[in-house]
Amino acid sequence: MPSNDNMPEMSLYQPVQVEDAISLAGTLAERGWLVGGGQDTYGWIKDRAKRPEALIDLNGIESMRGIRETADGIEIGALVTLTELANNALVKERYSLLSSAAGRVASPQIRNIGTLGGNVAQDVRCWYYRRGLNCYRAGGNLCYADTPEGQNREHALFGASRCVAVSPSDTAPALVALEAQMVIRNASGERVVAAEDFFIGPDVDIRHTTVLRTGDVLTAVRIPAKWANAEFYFEKVADRNVWDFALVSISAAMKVTNGTIEESRMVAGAVECTPRRLTSVEQAIQGRARNQETADAVASLASQGAKPLNYNHFKMPLMDNLVKRALTV
Amino acid sequence: MGPNKVNITLTRRRFIKSVIFSAAAASSGAGWYMASAASNPAGGVERLVSINVNGRVRRVDVLPQETLAHTLRYKLGLTGTKVACNRGECGACTVLIDDVNYYSCSTLTHNVKDRAVLTVEGLRAEDGTLHAVQAAFIQELSPACGFCTSGQVMSAVALLKANPKPTRQQAREAMSGNLCRCGAYDHYLNGVMRASGQLS
Repeated sequence: MPSNDNMPEMSLYQPVQVEDAISLAGTLAERGWLVGGGQDTYGWIKDRAKRPEALIDLNGIESMRGIRETADGIEIGALVTLTELANNALVKERYSLLSSAAGRVASPQIRNIGTLGGNVAQDVRCWYYRRGLNCYRAGGNLCYADTPEGQNREHALFGASRCVAVSPSDTAPALVALEAQMVIRNASGERVVAAEDFFIGPDVDIRHTTVLRTGDVLTAVRIPAKWANAEFYFEKVADRNVWDFALVSISAAMKVTNGTIEESRMVAGAVECTPRRLTSVEQAIQGRARNQETADAVASLASQGAKPLNYNHFKMPLMDNLVKRALTV
Repeated sequence: MGPNKVNITLTRRRFIKSVIFSAAAASSGAGWYMASAASNPAGGVERLVSINVNGRVRRVDVLPQETLAHTLRYKLGLTGTKVACNRGECGACTVLIDDVNYYSCSTLTHNVKDRAVLTVEGLRAEDGTLHAVQAAFIQELSPACGFCTSGQVMSAVALLKANPKPTRQQAREAMSGNLCRCGAYDHYLNGVMRASGQLS
């Protein structure tokens, strides 16, 4: 039996140009693994639940660092750490939704090394899957979480298709709320995908949570000026304040003029395999005031259509109450 | 059927057999060649690296997949850095890299080349004087069993480098990535406040 305290043998590449990382990712294909902060990666590897033969360490690629102002908003390098994001003056001033979300990820030490790219590209946390069981997502033909005895307190209310795992990222719902654009490069060039289309559910592809495929590198995230300085609300509910993944999180961006909500984006995390836009809430609050009355009238729309599993019914009132808080705080 | 005909058949069979054999040999040879070429793209990391630990540059043979905690403990003998969960979930292995605290169990040693690593062994002054955080932790009886202590010390040192006069709440947040199974959190916080000169 291997000692799970040691990393198994593998090669390591430290390219300093994106082109080299892309070429390595293409050559190594399924045998390679891109690493940013590595906080999702090393657990998989130490547990022997996933066994890449080579790591491609992106940390030497300077062009993927830094937060820049652009003609329409800001561009955040995929290697920007969650601590940098939480403390960056520009982000805090204009997009405090994102800095708040980044500041609530895991623990200080993990935020110091964990990157924005890694936070959005991380794999799901279903413990049956993480344990290395041969479930649907791992290529097998059953789900261990959605069984009469399955422990599925943290699992999905919506969009389950064979797999019931949820999106674990705290920044992903904030990026969807801010209408972020994800910049992806591969050997054939660059493509830009809206954050909302970047995350995909098990009905689309059960082996992947994003549109990233072998040979793709997420290089940057662009936040358009559209939502700069809007009214924001972020809250993450978890069993513990540190380390834990969200049970439910809410990322809300609202444009309020003369006391009424003109436009909004309400996105819940950890209720579906992708960040879940609460479009019925967005429509219902349009033209109304951001107050208790509106909150009481629309909150129950949030969990409408939920298909709870055995142990996660509590997420429904939790979602509704988070929407209430977003509209009243 | 004349003997000529039989002869031709045999020749053809022999010919076909030899073609099959050589094709199989060629394809297996090609497969072996491709596999060995594909598993070794050029440009992997050099194993012999220099790392700066506690102000000293050390030459170490580091495996590609090696974590910093492993290098510190098993190659450099710096066992003050503890490994408990080894998954970035407890904080016992916390060290400073360029004055910022990280989990050394979840950092590759190959990522700290050209950066300054500080472990609990590097805090004491040349003459043996303890670091203010260490002294304050002793005075406040912060550790109970002591296993998490070196990690707690390093997180406190990182905090005070960035923010010499933290509020108790700021200290609580900064120390939140270090678990203490004895639950001595408030004693550690007292130590941090004392080290920052805000408790006498």
